[in-house]
Amino acid sequence: MGNFHNPEADLDRFRFRLGFAAVFVLFAFCLLLGRFFWLQVIQHDFYQTRAEDNRIALIPIVPNRGVITDRNGVVLAHNYSAFTLEITPSRAGDLEETITALSEVIDIQAKDRKRFKRLMDEAKNFESIPIRTRLSDAEVAMFAAQRYRFPGVEVKARLFRQYPLNNVASHAIGYIGRITDRDLKWIEEAEKQANYKGTDHIGKNGLEQHYEFELHGETGYEEVEIDAGGRALRSLKRIPPVSGNNLSLTLDAKLQEITELAFGDRKGSLVAIEPSTGGILALVSNPTYDPNLFVDGITPDNWKELNDHPSKPMINRAINGAYPPGSTFKPFMALAALEMGKRTPGQAISDPGYFNFGNHQFRDDKKGGHGMVDMYKSIVHSCDTYYYILANDMGIDNIAKFMGSFGFGQRTGIDLGKDDLSESKGVLPSQEWKRQRFKKPEQQKWYAGETISIGIGQGYNAYTPIQLAQATATLANNGVMFRPHLVRHIVDTKTGEKRLVEPKPIRDLQLKAQNIEVIRRALVGVNKEGTGARAFAGAPYEAAGKTGTAQVYSLKGAQYKEGAIKKELRDHALFIAYAPADKPTIALAVLVENGGFGAQSAAPIARMVMDYYLLGKLPAGAAKDDPAAIEEEHEE
Amino acid sequence: MIDVTGSLRRAWQQLIAHIDFPLLLITLAIMAVGLATVNSATIDSSHRMMSQAGNMGLAMVIMWFVSRLPPQKLMSFAIPLYVLGVVLLIAVFLFGIKVNGARRWLPLGFTRIQPSEIMKIAMPLMLAWYFQKYEATLKMKHYLVAALLLFVPFALIAKQPDLGTALLVGSAGFYVIFFAGLPWKIIVGMIAAAAAAAPLLWGMMHDYQQKRILTLIDPTTDPLGTGYHIIQSIIAIGSGGAIGKGYLNGTQTHLEFIPEKHTDFIFAVYSEEWGLLGNATLVFLYTLLIGRGMIIASGAPTLFSRLLAGAITLGFFTYAFINMGMVSGILPVVGVPLPFMSYGGTALVILFLGIGILMSIHTHRMLVKK
Repeated sequence: MGNFHNPEADLDRFRFRLGFAAVFVLFAFCLLLGRFFWLQVIQHDFYQTRAEDNRIALIPIVPNRGVITDRNGVVLAHNYSAFTLEITPSRAGDLEETITALSEVIDIQAKDRKRFKRLMDEAKNFESIPIRTRLSDAEVAMFAAQRYRFPGVEVKARLFRQYPLNNVASHAIGYIGRITDRDLKWIEEAEKQANYKGTDHIGKNGLEQHYEFELHGETGYEEVEIDAGGRALRSLKRIPPVSGNNLSLTLDAKLQEITELAFGDRKGSLVAIEPSTGGILALVSNPTYDPNLFVDGITPDNWKELNDHPSKPMINRAINGAYPPGSTFKPFMALAALEMGKRTPGQAISDPGYFNFGNHQFRDDKKGGHGMVDMYKSIVHSCDTYYYILANDMGIDNIAKFMGSFGFGQRTGIDLGKDDLSESKGVLPSQEWKRQRFKKPEQQKWYAGETISIGIGQGYNAYTPIQLAQATATLANNGVMFRPHLVRHIVDTKTGEKRLVEPKPIRDLQLKAQNIEVIRRALVGVNKEGTGARAFAGAPYEAAGKTGTAQVYSLKGAQYKEGAIKKELRDHALFIAYAPADKPTIALAVLVENGGFGAQSAAPIARMVMDYYLLGKLPAGAAKDDPAAIEEEHEE
Repeated sequence: MIDVTGSLRRAWQQLIAHIDFPLLLITLAIMAVGLATVNSATIDSSHRMMSQAGNMGLAMVIMWFVSRLPPQKLMSFAIPLYVLGVVLLIAVFLFGIKVNGARRWLPLGFTRIQPSEIMKIAMPLMLAWYFQKYEATLKMKHYLVAALLLFVPFALIAKQPDLGTALLVGSAGFYVIFFAGLPWKIIVGMIAAAAAAAPLLWGMMHDYQQKRILTLIDPTTDPLGTGYHIIQSIIAIGSGGAIGKGYLNGTQTHLEFIPEKHTDFIFAVYSEEWGLLGNATLVFLYTLLIGRGMIIASGAPTLFSRLLAGAITLGFFTYAFINMGMVSGILPVVGVPLPFMSYGGTALVILFLGIGILMSIHTHRMLVKK
């Protein structure tokens, strides 16, 4: 080659090498063709036989899904074995004929045929597909007598998921359903494909989804000899499956049931938490639905009814509904003022019944005002003016910082749904939040006037019931905060070992004991002489509480008249409480959508829950929806 | 408006100006076969045909864009792409995530990427650029530098370990050096040295790589482990016979005996259902593809485009040969997909980048020749 460069010679050399490569390519491809000829012509008979003999198939054995029980061992989700009538399409001949003949022996309805068609589209040819589920013993016997007429049809025992309490706690438990493409992706991301061979159901919601990989178990295998048509001839080896882990909840099913009954046909939510652990005792979102409808694949009619219902039963209001907290926000505001040194408990203001800011008048609910109001009175009688002034003194970012530490406007991380995003965040308003929320510069600016109504839990404030319950539980637990969770421990079926889900608190807010005491006394006062007094009349335990009413509809200066407003626009009623006040074992938040005043509709539910949880009984003379009772409780 | 059809025609001609139709038709033919086979392989379970068709569409759009870039523009990508590739490979080495015992993926928060794929194009591009730059003063030391440029990414990929991709990237680089005129005596010397170093190399291999080679020599030694794939795919090919079992009738395929049947082992599915006749047709189509590539390389006006076209063309050959060789049991099982046949979006994009470059070189040749 040397230093001398000759383009012509270079091109010739390149073309020669290209030719050399071409010859090499042809040679290599001929080698391949030779190999194919050897395998496919000369050795064909040998491999033909091997393919026909090829009959060891690995058949997955699906494990039993873990059982879910409440804190007292009451079963919330389990499996039961039932007989199904199944057809293996590759062996059954003409399917239409077979099914028609079968329907003369066993009752097969149009919906069974529909489901069979759908399953057949998804399944492999040599798998058996159920045409009828839950055969009675008589039906099994009837089919057995005629079995010879139906090749490729057999009775099999399969496991079905069942939720024995039906509607109770449906939003907490969730449900399982058939695996869809979305679920497949989830399985692939978790690299669990191998373990899901043969599995056709997966958690879709709630605990069933959150703990899917705990509940599922390990798939077993059976090595079986099959013939060329895929028929299983005999078993060679069996590796048994390992059942899924069981979940033992903190939830009290009876408490849950009583609470759901207390809601009746009202929409709303209640979350009750054990303050010392963060364990959820009841998580209600009303209306509920029956998760059993989903297990076999929900019928289109049922789905339409649930999905299109105006009261939206499929939404989990406890974690996905964001509501203004109304006056239940006030005790937290008061605590913030104490902690930040903006108020002392005895410092009083004079309430004329309104607060003027700029040229806007913020009015109190009570005409003429509450007179001289200190912190105790501001909570017990729910004085708005006190908090208008306080909010103005504190400023929005101080409020946001303190409320953020209580978990307001943040996902609690409750163990429901696939991941954190299953829970709503709500809105904790601050200057930063507004900058990010809005696009136009004039909307991004925070106006001092907007801070005023934040103080009484209105304005941009919007929190989920679980956040409100968590904050109440944290207050009850002297500022030591736990993540709200539903599973107390996971029971490993292999080792029997119990794994605690939440052994440690997530943070300690380092609140001053005397400040907490001020708030506690005021909250007890609410139920003794204030807005909660009627609901808690005669309670043998001391309960701390706060009523709240959240505006749905801005009245623009008009007087609020409940009867004159359509039900959907009526205010939401709220109540937060914990008891016994000196050593709380339960803390809760109640929300009744369009329930009007908190004292009237939300507080009595809290009373029932506490009476059951603390005393084990339903109160006989619990406050009812009684218009006459409202007068004095108007003050919220 | 008289000229509507005229301007439509001009727009159309502008649109297809840089498409090489022989190349396009051959690839379309192979992809049609591939799509039908992906359908057969996944009809019982995951139904990937439509998604593969989508991959093909996307890859062809990329091809269209690349074909419009003049080779000078391609040259300007050589260094950035190569440097990016090497940096990402080092990042994989340092921060990569392990999947199935190999560290090949780089997490990017929202997704993860396999930087070794970039090297499949970046490597020949870089070396072709390098030889073009020193075309007039080519000396022995330039081959040495080229070998170094080849070795660094090769070693990083082999270390992951990903022997299949390392081999593909390494061979793509070697083709450039070979076409640039690497003296024969060095080539022969290297082959001799490789033969001598084989025992040494054996010692350096990972256990699973040794096992693969051992089971290649005798698959029956490990019928339930590594050898299982090969045994089942050879049975599929052999039982296909001269004319195959017929479309959708392959028992090995549909009774789930073939592993990875829509990706690396798709050839076994095809071969079982279409037999020797089908195999010969497919090999013929690949020969046409490579032939067309060589014609383009031979007519390319600059050293850069010549070397790049030659290396890409032989790259197609390497993919096809290694894949069919491993599935039929004459080469070790390394993870190499069958070009334009195997399911997978990334592989298709890389392949069509190659096709796009070939089209660019061919359709811009007149402009360079003045």
